Amino acid sequence: MLKVATAPHTFSPLDTKRLMRDVVIALMPAAIVAVVNFGLNALVVILSSVAACVMWEYLYVHYLLKQKSTINNYSAIITGLLLAFNLPATMPVWMVLIGAFMAIVVAKMAFGGLGKNIFNPALVGRVFLFISFPVQMTMWMKPNWHDFFNADVQTAATTLGILKHLDASSSATSLTHETADTLQQLPQYWQMFVGYTGGSLGEVSALALLLGGAYLLYRRVITWHVPFYYLATMFILTSIMWLFTDDVRYEPLTHLLSGGLMLGAIFMATDYATSPMSIKGKIVFAIGCGLLTFIIRFYSAYPEGVSFAILIMNAFVPLIDKFYYPRVYGTGRK
Amino acid sequence: MNIIVSDVIALGLIAFLSAMVLYFVSKKFHVEENPKIDEIEQILPDANCGACGKIGCRDFAESCVKADAESFKKLYCPVGGASTMKKVADALGFDAEIKEETVAVLKCNGTCQNAPAKISYDAEISCRLANLISVGQSGCPDGCLRFGDCVKVCRFGALSINPDTGIPQVDENKCTSCGACVKMCPRGLFEIRPKGKDGQRVYVACSNKQKGAVARKNCSAACIGCMKCAQICEQIKVEDNLSYIPSSVSAQKFGAELVKNCPTGAIIMTKAKKENVHG
Amino acid sequence: MVKTFPMGGIHPDKHKITSQQPIVDAGLPEFVYISLKQHAGNPAKILVKKGDRVKVGTLLADADGIVSADIHSSVSGEVVRIDDEKNACGYDEKMVVIRVEGDEFEPSIDKSPDIVKEIPFTAEEIIKKIREAGIVGMGGAGFPTPVKVTIPEGKKVDCLIVNGIECEPWLTADDRLMVEHAEEIVIGAKILNKIFGIQNAIIAIDENKPEAIEVVRNITRRYVGVNVRVCKTKYPQGGEKQLVSAITGREVPSGKLPLDVGCIVQNVGTVFAIYEAVMKNKTLFERIVTVSGDTCARPQNFRVRIGTPASFLIDKCGGVSAETAEVVFGGPMMGQTTINLQAPITKVTGGVLLLSEEETHRPDMMDCIRCGKCVDACPMGLRPFLIGIYVRNNMIDKLKNIHAMDCIECGCCSYVCPARIPLLDFCKLSKIELKKKQKGN
Repeated sequence: MLKVATAPHTFSPLDTKRLMRDVVIALMPAAIVAVVNFGLNALVVILSSVAACVMWEYLYVHYLLKQKSTINNYSAIITGLLLAFNLPATMPVWMVLIGAFMAIVVAKMAFGGLGKNIFNPALVGRVFLFISFPVQMTMWMKPNWHDFFNADVQTAATTLGILKHLDASSSATSLTHETADTLQQLPQYWQMFVGYTGGSLGEVSALALLLGGAYLLYRRVITWHVPFYYLATMFILTSIMWLFTDDVRYEPLTHLLSGGLMLGAIFMATDYATSPMSIKGKIVFAIGCGLLTFIIRFYSAYPEGVSFAILIMNAFVPLIDKFYYPRVYGTGRK
Repeated sequence: MNIIVSDVIALGLIAFLSAMVLYFVSKKFHVEENPKIDEIEQILPDANCGACGKIGCRDFAESCVKADAESFKKLYCPVGGASTMKKVADALGFDAEIKEETVAVLKCNGTCQNAPAKISYDAEISCRLANLISVGQSGCPDGCLRFGDCVKVCRFGALSINPDTGIPQVDENKCTSCGACVKMCPRGLFEIRPKGKDGQRVYVACSNKQKGAVARKNCSAACIGCMKCAQICEQIKVEDNLSYIPSSVSAQKFGAELVKNCPTGAIIMTKAKKENVHG
Repeated sequence: MVKTFPMGGIHPDKHKITSQQPIVDAGLPEFVYISLKQHAGNPAKILVKKGDRVKVGTLLADADGIVSADIHSSVSGEVVRIDDEKNACGYDEKMVVIRVEGDEFEPSIDKSPDIVKEIPFTAEEIIKKIREAGIVGMGGAGFPTPVKVTIPEGKKVDCLIVNGIECEPWLTADDRLMVEHAEEIVIGAKILNKIFGIQNAIIAIDENKPEAIEVVRNITRRYVGVNVRVCKTKYPQGGEKQLVSAITGREVPSGKLPLDVGCIVQNVGTVFAIYEAVMKNKTLFERIVTVSGDTCARPQNFRVRIGTPASFLIDKCGGVSAETAEVVFGGPMMGQTTINLQAPITKVTGGVLLLSEEETHRPDMMDCIRCGKCVDACPMGLRPFLIGIYVRNNMIDKLKNIHAMDCIECGCCSYVCPARIPLLDFCKLSKIELKKKQKGN
């Protein structure tokens, strides 16, 4: 029996499942770095976060919506991974569960599920935990490559935390004894690049994140616009400030490599559902993210601003989509 | 204490100013409207379906109020039916003309049993597209495509695809004969017909204009244009191998005989006395 | 420099497996079924009756009105019946059925293989010959060519584009035609140049046809006013509007024709047919058809008489196998599935594809993930996802504002959608609804 179908009769191999699987693969290098750095603790947080996200989604869809399960599209796994990447290694499992609940049930499924959520689920989970449990959320483990079972847990401040401390204690232009001491604690560039530094699980290694980003670009899952414009905005703004004030706090490379910027620019701001659809819109979105990150990092009480910046820009996506879309062919150039 | 007092004063001031502005605006920009329009709109079913030919119920109400005795006769709300029109007429002081109640009927009986599927579709699509790309599952070029565009367009839930037959069925009590299905069906298979006395009506449930033998190949319930019905009642006309029974043909008088004499079962009578023929 | 259109486009797998297969004669079937409606516009008016004897090139039916085309016999033999026959979609269509006896041509047709280079005719004579040959656009739309080449008062043409792009996967009919009949196509372009009174014909070929580029370029060196431009391999490069933008940089305004920006686009098959009609008095009774697909045993390019049943060609290529899920007339992006293998080849059928379930399978539609791939892929700069939302919610008024009518139905959106939403279906539906609305008002 021959089939009847509407055109086209051939399809791109890139379907939702493959896209999502590619994102999971792209997140793997960062996950490996996290486990190498922070040992068993990191593994526990990552696994519990993924398991919790998948569980919440299954429970929600199965018992509340009574529909066919949607967990096989990998999106809950991605949310779980991204949530874990935004948490410190010492996070207790029960908190991870709460974060996963916020991410999946409140931020994603309550809005209608994959593609209909306004805010990035993992970031909603992270920000909820950050506000609810500020102490646990800012206990950063010192990386230790030889101690998998976490026999000797030491805490360390993050790069941005150190810079913020600098900000609070003194004006950096006059190098007092204290600031010189603080600057001693700053990690080297190579340490920040490979990830031998304190911080959230997934954000420490720029190298691993860039590898993942390159894979996503190669597989055409994301376009280069959002990461590029996000990082470029941040780089240009900090460079300008650095050149004009000669203040060590503005050093651009440190800002690119530290905090959640790489993770946010490559994996969070490129999330399909919560970013604009047209290229022009994506550029506006990315620049907005960069601008907000800059403002929050330097002019707010928080040392880190990526998650807030992306969440705020998420809210503007419908508006951006309304104003930035491609010019229709043959309707005159704008 | 001081804070509370100043707060109360400030808020009170703002509230007073806002109230003043609102009062001024409502007086200044007041639009004089005939209160009758609101009254009529209350009576109407508020479906905003546009079946009356107006944009919505408000527009219809406006037209009613503006109309004189002559032009009022042309206005009719098919959703509300005669009872609603009576109320409207009473409110406006016109004489209401009693119109017969109507219902949508499907002029096809190409069920899964009568017209078995010969091809398969790759995915669920819409009737309007299926009509473009192929003749349909049964092979009948004028038959129901069974994808239910009419079901989706019906705002009153009167249509549903019968899982046994595969074709849509009309819920007589819910159908308001708004005509949305008539406009939607790419093959024009729906017709608005009078409900008939006691809900009895007789019609040809087929729209196929092919020659009898060709039509029968695809569907056992196709009208083959055999003229038998035309011999029973002279009002019935057969054109292009397809019979059409006008609504003026009395179902009580001819219905049973027409159904009995149709060799393919293309003629359907609803609420027949002896046996309940599917309709 | 390699040219391309400004926005959107996709890169589907090419599958041009028949590009090295020379064109072979398909031979004559027992019966041919010649439809009276192989073109846009009214069906032709029948001139013959049952029992008449016809030759190759005999006029069977006369164009009805301006937008219509003559229909000629493609074989010699006896008219068996003129009746409703099923077309590819399964609908009834008036067709002339001819039993093939021998292969006798009308005496006016020049059967010699010599290439005639001199064009002794005036523009009016050329258009008359094109009309008498019943030529229609052979790229797929089937718009009558004489109407297209007759320039209305006040319009000016300064560029003729010969469309040798063939961007649909699998199809190689135009490619082979250019390789084997390059000189005829170039002369055909010169004939069209003469109609328009210009010296600026451009044969556009995309990069993945190196042999055709080479051959045609060598020949254009000997002719004034005909040039080759290489375009990027990208779908839908062969769309009229896309091609005009790629070659001239001009943009066809919304709702207008390429003629409005001084361009005429003709398919290479049409140009070849024009050459044959004008120089050889040959009516349009045969065309090149690619039979291919992943379940086709012996894919080939055929020279086919119009009206040959598709099954005749399919059998020559090894027949429909058990794996064949869809038989498609045309390319896989815009072509139409057929349920009737007896359906005849018409003037606009460029290919018959036997595709497997694996190739054509469309999984269930999932939720839109707002990836924006359809927006990036649309060559017209539309927002297919939005059209889909509006049409599903019956918001027909809003469709007009987002230019749903400008959709060229290329299928890029459906192709790229990772959630497998049938966006092209929705775009087509929105066009149906908008037309309905227009008629209603």
